[in-house]
Amino acid sequence: MAKRSAKVSIAGLVLPVRLWTQRFAFLGLVLLSLTLMLFSRAELSSVNQVRLAIVDLIAPVIFVFSKPVQAIEGVVSNVERLFIINQENQNLRENNARLIQWVEEARRLNIENATLRAQLEYVPDKRSQFVTARIVADTGGVFFHSLLINAGARQFVRRGQAVIWQGGLIGRIAEVGNRTSRVLLMIDINSHIPVVVESTGDRAILAGNNTSRPVLEFLPGNSPISRGDRIVTSGHGGVYPPGLIVGNVAQATHSVVSVKPFVDWSKLNQAVILDYGVDGILPAPERVPTRTLQNKIPPDLKTTQ
Amino acid sequence: MNVLSDFTWILRYLQSAVPIVITFFFVLVGQLQMPLQYLSNIIAGFAIISIYYWVMFRPELMPSIFVFFLGIIQDSLSGAPLGLNALVYLLVHVLVNNQRRFIVGKSFWLFWGVFALISLFAVFSTWVLASIARGSYLTPETAIIGIIMTIIMFPAVIWLLVNIQRKFIGTARF
Repeated sequence: MAKRSAKVSIAGLVLPVRLWTQRFAFLGLVLLSLTLMLFSRAELSSVNQVRLAIVDLIAPVIFVFSKPVQAIEGVVSNVERLFIINQENQNLRENNARLIQWVEEARRLNIENATLRAQLEYVPDKRSQFVTARIVADTGGVFFHSLLINAGARQFVRRGQAVIWQGGLIGRIAEVGNRTSRVLLMIDINSHIPVVVESTGDRAILAGNNTSRPVLEFLPGNSPISRGDRIVTSGHGGVYPPGLIVGNVAQATHSVVSVKPFVDWSKLNQAVILDYGVDGILPAPERVPTRTLQNKIPPDLKTTQ
Repeated sequence: MNVLSDFTWILRYLQSAVPIVITFFFVLVGQLQMPLQYLSNIIAGFAIISIYYWVMFRPELMPSIFVFFLGIIQDSLSGAPLGLNALVYLLVHVLVNNQRRFIVGKSFWLFWGVFALISLFAVFSTWVLASIARGSYLTPETAIIGIIMTIIMFPAVIWLLVNIQRKFIGTARF
C-alpha cells in the first residue's frame, strides 16, 4: 500500500514537470526564433554564416532532387519545340542572314575603333571575367526573390557581382558560401539598380517590387519615355557595370513606369557571374584584387579575359 | 536474439524518423525550380500539411524542436530572415497540438476545414513577419493564391501521408 502511494506521488510529480519542460522548451524556441530574426534584420555576420553553412550542406541534396524535375522539363520543352520547329528554322535563317551583315559591320567598326583609339591614346575599360554556374534552387518564394547557384567563394564569387543570363541582367550576388551563393533578383523589393533609358539617356533607379514588373523611380518628369524603350545599367554606384541589358519599358504612365525584364525567368537554369573588378559600395574586407583572382581561377571553370 | 533486438531497435528509430524526413522532403522540393508558376509555392505549403498531419495523429514523432529546425532550413534556403518560418511552424505546431483532441476521430471535412484556417493563419503570420522584417508592405496576393491551391491539394497529400503511415509506421495512437 505504501509502495503504491509512493509510485503515485512520483508519477504525480513527474507529469507536471514534463509538461512544464515542454512548455518552456516551446517558449524558448519561440524566443530563439525571434532573436534570430532580429539578428538577421541587423545582418549580423555570424547569423549569415550559419545560414550559408546550412545552404552549403543541403545544396548537394537539392541538386540531386532537381535532376528528375529538369529531366521532365527537358522532355516537355522538346515536345513543345517539335511543334514550332519549322517556324523556328525560318526565323533562324532570317536571323542568320541579318547577323552576317552585322558581323561585317562589326569588323569594319572594330578596325575603325582600333585606329581612333591609337590616335587618341585611349585607356580601354577593364575586360570582364566570368564564372558560369547552374541554378541549384529557385528559392523565389512569395516574399523573398532569390536564387541559389552552385558557385561560391571557392570559385572566387564575391558579394555584389552582377549576374546575367543570355545577355540580360538577373540580379546581384547577395550572399556567398563556400560552394553556393545567393543571387538577389532584380524583381526583389530590396533591389535598387541605377539604370539609364538607352534612347533618351535619362537616368533612373529600377526598384524591385516583388512582382514580375519592377518600376523606374526618380525618372525626370519631362522624360519622353515610351513603351518598348530599352533600359540598361548605368554603372553608377559601382556595383553593376554599365551597359547590361535590364529590360524594356512595359508600361509608361504619368505615375508608373514599369519594366519587363529581358530575362525569361521560366527558362532560367544557368547564370553567369560577372567580375568587372568594380567594388563600388561594397565594404573593404570583401574586396579581393582582381589580379590575384586571375591566377587562381580553376581551369575547369569557364573564364575569359 | 540480441542481433534481432538491435535490428528492431534501429528499425523503430528509422520508422520514427519518417514524419521528419517526409516534411524535410517537402521543404526541399518546395525550393526547386518548377516549370509551372506557383508549383513551388504549392509544394512548399505541403510542409505545413505534413506538420499538421503528424502533429494531429503522431505528435510524439513531430516534436517542436524538429519543427523549429525544419523552419530554420526553410529560412536558410529561401533567403528569409532566419527564424521567420521557424516561428510560423512553431505556431502551427502549438495550435494543432492544442486542438487535436477536438478534431481526431471527427469527420474529414472538419479536419480539412481546420487545416484551411490554420494554413491561412500561417500565411498571414508569414506575411506580417516578412513585411516587418523587410520594413515595407509586401503584396500578399501570390501567397494567398499559393495557399488556396495547397488547401485544394490537401486531400491528395493526406492520402499520400496516410499510406506512408500505414506502410512504414503503423496506425495512429489516439
